[in-house]
Amino acid sequence: MTKPEAELETSYVKNGSITKRTIIAFVVFVALGAGAWIAYQSILSQPKIAGNTQTPLRKVLQFNEAISVAGFDSNKLAKEYPISAAVKKVRVNGMDGLRSPLDTAAWQLNVVKGTGDTLHLTMDDIRKLPKKDLAFDFKCIEGWNQVTHWAGVPLKTFMEHYGLTSLKQLKYMGLSTPDNKYYVGIDMPSVLHPQTILCYEMNGKPLPLNQGYPLRLIIPVKYGIKHLKRIGTMYFSNEKPPDFWAERGYDYFAGH
Amino acid sequence: MKKVVHKHPLAIRWFHWLNFPILAMMIWSGLLIYWAYGVYDISVANTVLVKFFPKSFYTALNVPYRLAEGMNWHFAFMWLFAINGLLYTLFLAFSGQWKHLLPNKQSFKEAWQVLLHDLHIRKYHPPQIKYNGAQRIAYTMVLVMGIGSLITGIAIYRPVQFGFLRWLCGGYAAARTEHFILTVGFVLFFLVHVLQVTKAGWNNFQSIITGFEVFKVSKKSVNNDKA
Repeated sequence: MTKPEAELETSYVKNGSITKRTIIAFVVFVALGAGAWIAYQSILSQPKIAGNTQTPLRKVLQFNEAISVAGFDSNKLAKEYPISAAVKKVRVNGMDGLRSPLDTAAWQLNVVKGTGDTLHLTMDDIRKLPKKDLAFDFKCIEGWNQVTHWAGVPLKTFMEHYGLTSLKQLKYMGLSTPDNKYYVGIDMPSVLHPQTILCYEMNGKPLPLNQGYPLRLIIPVKYGIKHLKRIGTMYFSNEKPPDFWAERGYDYFAGH
Repeated sequence: MKKVVHKHPLAIRWFHWLNFPILAMMIWSGLLIYWAYGVYDISVANTVLVKFFPKSFYTALNVPYRLAEGMNWHFAFMWLFAINGLLYTLFLAFSGQWKHLLPNKQSFKEAWQVLLHDLHIRKYHPPQIKYNGAQRIAYTMVLVMGIGSLITGIAIYRPVQFGFLRWLCGGYAAARTEHFILTVGFVLFFLVHVLQVTKAGWNNFQSIITGFEVFKVSKKSVNNDKA
């Protein structure tokens, strides 16, 4: 014979007392259920900050962000793939900030170092820095992913070369397109991650216009929404720079 | 005189009823997220048998264009889901309640007997104290599935910082598929669970609220029990 399982505790009581206990249990149960529903409704009715996100939810996102930034380990790299694994047909997902005509001859990268102190750089200034090729699994916040091949200068190298080292002390970097219609804010640990590059090539050729020619951000530790195409201005701040998709209800951190 | 069998400790009732709205919110917000790249289906030889999900399904539930909202709820409630699940697991381990829950040697044979009984193929139903073999297997499985949802979920949420979990899941895209399959599993579990609870009747159902089941007894059987 196999050993029987432990018996359940059993007692014998008068009829009335059990009815009372049952009623109390159900009253508590219904009250807690109603309480949960009221709590849910009260969250829904809270004022919304930054798009369609109620204050309590935004606070949780900020809490998640604080943990993610504090625990961020820049030695952890996004998986890299052989260049041959990269797709030839790269998905284009969003043209915000790219709809204005681009004067390719006049384009320059404006790097705001401080008030009244702005660097104006050309593509030649950027191309002369060490180039890094990177094939990684690009991840869109929508849920799709694609192994794609990019090349450019690591942002950390760029910052050190152009005398921006002291700006690393600030908490955020902001980027915006020349027409200011698309803009992102990125926490400094992610900016300085070794795989974050100022990118000017895709699949070994200059970026196509719809992929951000002449210069875009590639930041494998973030969702695609942060990989701003056609960089116009770069600046640094301790305040959160405005962020296009965060203003539309998305998580500001949006990182991996 | 009534016989009262104490079936569910208070802690387990709390875990159960907290998990219900939490898991419901995880599944609902997960659907809002999944919609943005809703590409999964079940196909045999290029014929789509089940599409996840048809447009009419999304429209009926008002799912489209709510990705951000879905992510926000998902990444708030993930904490509640994880904490409640962790406390439940610890409680099972330290209270000894796992003895009622984990499958044992008889469980698989018993589960088969329960299945035949429930499909009206056989009259015989194995005797049970708290859970029968089928319940032990099912309730243990949902616990394992919950852990699986947590692991695949973290692999999708932070695939670089938790690169090991991403690797464990067979990659980012695989983790997303597994996360989805587990969710379908929860929905199927829920449907069978509600059906079985409905069939089992009121006394069984109310025990997950009150904690006990009540049986009528004659004086004689009380004495027999005590003997």
